[in-house]
Amino acid sequence: MVALIERLGALVIDGIARLGAFVLFLLAAVAYAFLPPYKPRLWIRQIRIIGADSLFLILLIGAFTGMVLGLQVAITLRRFGSDGALGTVVSLTLVKELGPVLAALMIAARAGSAMAAELGSMQTTEQIDALTVMAINPVQYLVSPRMLAGVVSFPLLTSVFDVVGIWGGYMVGVGLMGAPSGAYFNGISSYLTSHDIMLGIWKALVFGVVVMWVCCYKGYNAERMATGVSRATTEAVVLSSVLVLASDYIVGSLLL
Amino acid sequence: MSEQQSNRNGGDSRPAAADTGGSANAIEVRDLRRRFGRQQVLDGLTLDFRAGEITTIVGPSGSGKTVLLKHLNLLLRPDSGSIKIGDIEVTRLGALGLDAVREKFGMLFQAGALFDSMSVFDNVAFPLVEKTRLSRSEINDRVHETLKAVGLEGMERKFPSEMSGGMQKRAALARALVRRPKILMLDEPTTGLDPTRTGAIHDLIRRTQQNFQLTAVMVSHDVPAVFQVSDRVAFLHQGRTHLNGTVAEVMGAGDDVFQRFLAGRAAGEENESVIGG
Repeated sequence: MVALIERLGALVIDGIARLGAFVLFLLAAVAYAFLPPYKPRLWIRQIRIIGADSLFLILLIGAFTGMVLGLQVAITLRRFGSDGALGTVVSLTLVKELGPVLAALMIAARAGSAMAAELGSMQTTEQIDALTVMAINPVQYLVSPRMLAGVVSFPLLTSVFDVVGIWGGYMVGVGLMGAPSGAYFNGISSYLTSHDIMLGIWKALVFGVVVMWVCCYKGYNAERMATGVSRATTEAVVLSSVLVLASDYIVGSLLL
Repeated sequence: MSEQQSNRNGGDSRPAAADTGGSANAIEVRDLRRRFGRQQVLDGLTLDFRAGEITTIVGPSGSGKTVLLKHLNLLLRPDSGSIKIGDIEVTRLGALGLDAVREKFGMLFQAGALFDSMSVFDNVAFPLVEKTRLSRSEINDRVHETLKAVGLEGMERKFPSEMSGGMQKRAALARALVRRPKILMLDEPTTGLDPTRTGAIHDLIRRTQQNFQLTAVMVSHDVPAVFQVSDRVAFLHQGRTHLNGTVAEVMGAGDDVFQRFLAGRAAGEENESVIGG
C-alpha cells in the first residue's frame, strides 16, 4: 500500500515537474524574444518557412472548405427558403470558427511537424548542445524566432484562408447551387462585424503561440534514441491539435 | 593503493598521487558527485587536467566518462563537488558567468554536431559570426586558416551530408578551434571511423594541440591506440578516478581492474551499463 502511494506520488510530482518545464519553456522563449541580440534574419527565415511555405496548402484547404460549406449550407437553407442567408452563414462560420481552427491544424501538420522533427534531430545529434557550448542560448536562437514567426504568420494565413473560403462558398453556393449573388455579399457586409473578425484574429494568435510552443518543446526535448524524433513529431502534432481545439473553446467563450 | 587511499593523499588516484608537480592545472575536479535516478554515475570523482597536455579519459561504459565531460563543458551541473577552470569555480556560476567560461574552450562532439543546414564554411564561421565583431574579411581569413590547419582546404562549400565521417570530424574540429580556445574537449573523436582514419584523426589532434598550445581533454574508447597521442591517462571505474598518470605510469601500474578493461577491449568486449558512457 505504501509502495502504491509512493508510486502515485512520484507520478504526480513527475507530472507537475513536466508541466512546470513546459510553462517555463514558453516563458523563456517569450522573454528571449525581447532580449538582445536580435536576429531579424532568423525571424524572417522562420516567417518564410511557417508562413510563405504554407500558403499553397492554406489556399487549397481554404478553397475546398468554402466549397463544401457553400454546398451543404445552400442545400440546407433551400429547405427553409432562406437562400439569401448563405453568405452570412458561410462567412461567419469561416471567420469565427473554421478559418482559425483549420488553418492552425494545417500549419501544425505541415510546419509544426517539420519544426519538431528538425529540433528533435538537432537534439539527438547534439547540435543543440553545440550551441550551448558555443555560449549561444539555444532557446533564443532556435525557439524565440519560431514563436515570433508563429504569432505573425497564423493571423495572416487565417485571413487568407477566410477570404479564399468565402470565395469558394460563393462559387459553389451561387455558381452551382443558384443562391442569389447579391444577397451573398450583402449578407456578409450586413452581419459580419469587426468583432467577429477580431475574434478570428485573436484565435489565430493564440493558436500560433500554442502550435509553436508545443512543437518546439517536443522537438527540443526529444529523447536521444532511435525513435526520439518520430515520437517527438507525433506527440507535437497530436498535442498541438488537441490544444488548438481546447483553446478554441476557451477563447471563443471568453471573447463571445 | 586503493581509491580510498588515494583520496586520503589529496584526491589524486594512483600512480599520479605522488606526481603533482610540473605544469599547472588547467582544470581541477574535486569530489564530484552526480546521480541520475537511482544510479550514482559520478561518485566522488577527483581529477586534475594539466595545462598544455592531452589527458585522455578511458573506462568501461557506465564509468562516467561522458557525464564527466558534460560537467567539464558545463552542460551538466553536479549534485556536489567542485570544478575549477583556471581560477574560476564554475559549479555555482549563473548563465552569464557560464557563457564567459565557455568562451575559453572548444568542443568536438562525438558525431561532430555540425549544423546540417549549413556548409562547412558557415559551420566553421558560425561561432565568429555569432560571438565576435570581426569583419567579413577577417572571418573569411580565420575560417580558411583553420580549415587549412585541419586539412580541409577547398571543402568550404560542401555540406556535412556530402562528407565522409572523417571529414566531418575535421570540420567539427575546425569549428571548435576557430575562436582559438585555450581548452579543447573531445568526446569520442574517432567513433565510427575505420583504423586508418582513426590514426589520421589522432595525428591531427596531436598536431593541433601542439600548434595551438591547447589543453586537451579527450574521452575515448580507442584503447590502447589513443595512448599514442596522450600525455596522461585517467582511468575511470564506478564513477571515480581509479588510475591517473602518464601513459607509461598507468600502463605499468599493473592494476587488475585496468588490465581486465584492456583485455576486454582487446577482445572487443564491452562492460555494459545503463547511463554514463
